[in-house]
Amino acid sequence: MRPAGRAETDSLYFTYPHFDPPSGAARANLSRPVKVAIVGAGPVGMTAALALAKEGVASVLLDAKPTFNDGSRAICVSRSSYNILERLGAIAPFLEKALGWTTGRTFYRGRQILEFHMPDSPSEKYRPMYNLQQQYIEQYLWDAVAANPLIETRWQSKVTSVADAQGGVVLDVTDPEGSYSFQADWVLAADGARSVIRAKRGLRLRGENYEGRYVIADVRMDHDYPTIRRALFDPDCRRGATILIHKQPDNIWRIDYQLRDDEDAEQAISEPTVRASVASVLQEIGHTGDWELEWWSIYSANTLALDDYRDGRIFFIGDSAHIVPIFGVRGLNNGLADAENIGWKLGWVLNGKAEETLLDSYSPERRGATLDVFANASKSAKFMTPPTAGWQLMRDAALSLALRHPFAGALANPRQMTPYTYSDSPIVSPDDTNFDAGPVAGAALPDTRVGDGYLSDQLGKGFTLICFNDELAASLGNSGMTVRALESTSDAAQLLGATPESAYLIRPDSHIAARWKTAKALAVLAAYRNAAQLCKGT
Amino acid sequence: MTPADIENIYDTLAVTLDTIPEDKRSVFLGKLALLLAREISEPDKVLGLIADAALDLDV
Repeated sequence: MRPAGRAETDSLYFTYPHFDPPSGAARANLSRPVKVAIVGAGPVGMTAALALAKEGVASVLLDAKPTFNDGSRAICVSRSSYNILERLGAIAPFLEKALGWTTGRTFYRGRQILEFHMPDSPSEKYRPMYNLQQQYIEQYLWDAVAANPLIETRWQSKVTSVADAQGGVVLDVTDPEGSYSFQADWVLAADGARSVIRAKRGLRLRGENYEGRYVIADVRMDHDYPTIRRALFDPDCRRGATILIHKQPDNIWRIDYQLRDDEDAEQAISEPTVRASVASVLQEIGHTGDWELEWWSIYSANTLALDDYRDGRIFFIGDSAHIVPIFGVRGLNNGLADAENIGWKLGWVLNGKAEETLLDSYSPERRGATLDVFANASKSAKFMTPPTAGWQLMRDAALSLALRHPFAGALANPRQMTPYTYSDSPIVSPDDTNFDAGPVAGAALPDTRVGDGYLSDQLGKGFTLICFNDELAASLGNSGMTVRALESTSDAAQLLGATPESAYLIRPDSHIAARWKTAKALAVLAAYRNAAQLCKGT
Repeated sequence: MTPADIENIYDTLAVTLDTIPEDKRSVFLGKLALLLAREISEPDKVLGLIADAALDLDV
């Protein structure tokens, strides 16, 4: 929502583009069959289109709106998402604009009870977290999408129905110039929390709704504070509530405050009430200068997911598949990971490199990631918004104790986003228990320095074998993998707990498909065949 | 710890609880439980004691 007199996309600092529907000669081709249709051109849909394009696969991207999503929405982009954006060739503008951060401070009744630091060091290419308004995220992804000849975007194009057909799905589409149908071999539903595709398929999200309701408001102001996440528990300005404050680029600050149980939601999001609430928070944090109200919204904390992220030839990615509480900043970040995961897999299948069985791993891997988020987010939600008297009492006890005993303050740690380990995936080999260090099979490859660059720079476009002896590397030269032989005395070898005989097989999404303390070429090839579900006879 | 020590702790808890407003007593006991748990530093033992304390409350 915006202040009176301003339209939904009338921002103080961002000019929303206007996109026309397909017109003129382009309309002649709208009904042609396509390989992949992606419904929803938000961050997740655009990332999926870029991931497919990276594999050389064309897609049609449809969105009902004439512009980006209104408002700053998801503002925290994690290190793992930066790795995805880099692999898709879209990282440069993000690095230019976003504010990296590592530190959070938690206050109880105005007194600091915790300062936490997310893991970071010079051996990491990217910071643990970056703050950036969602419309910039969409703008930068759109710049990459628009420049890519493999992606055809149809704005103002609303999908009104989906029906299974022989070897595909038929979509009915309505735009301002008319209606048409076309068939797609595969559909990626990236149409958000209120997914039309999900509703048309009769599928429902299941899970829990938490009690707490929050208002998020963006203000523009000159406010002197570093990019540090502030959490205020039980502050004077809003007794019993929790408040989060984040810095964003362009002098924009996110104020996220909890509503009391007795506050009426409609009243709470009226402009005068939002202004008064924000003013009291700014007074609490000592801001005495001017401020302008930019945008606000309301949300509640839910953990909801589909039982299966696949329905025939339709894959659900992002919020259409799962809704998570925003405290852990996992909504957008997990959506981007969904998009990359299905992107490379579908790309390999459509390229004829992989069997369709590769696609069977999407739902277990990504739904597993969601359930892991639920476990963490539920803990955070119970601390932020205690659901019962027992949780409330122990939360209050921990906060009070934390004033003098730091161990209790650690209970307020928000458990921020970390990449999920695919331990139950059909395409991840069982971990080699001979290792006593290093990341396990299924985990995301951690980064470190290699020469003048980073370990992540060593990864090829497809699968990569990282090993530490030239003989093994030479014997796998024609395997189709990128093979890198690193020094067995390198930082990378130490990070991976590797000896000169060890090897790690890394997937296109940088997750570890398999690892061996003592690697043999035949075993590596077998793991590669399984991890990529390579077509028989290749 | 002697029976006299326990008696002294019992007395001190009673006196301290009486100095704390009724609506803060539960929080006080929650804080105390966390502090004692940290001192005991044996998670299984603490979890067992939590279960013990929950017994016979309605006798």
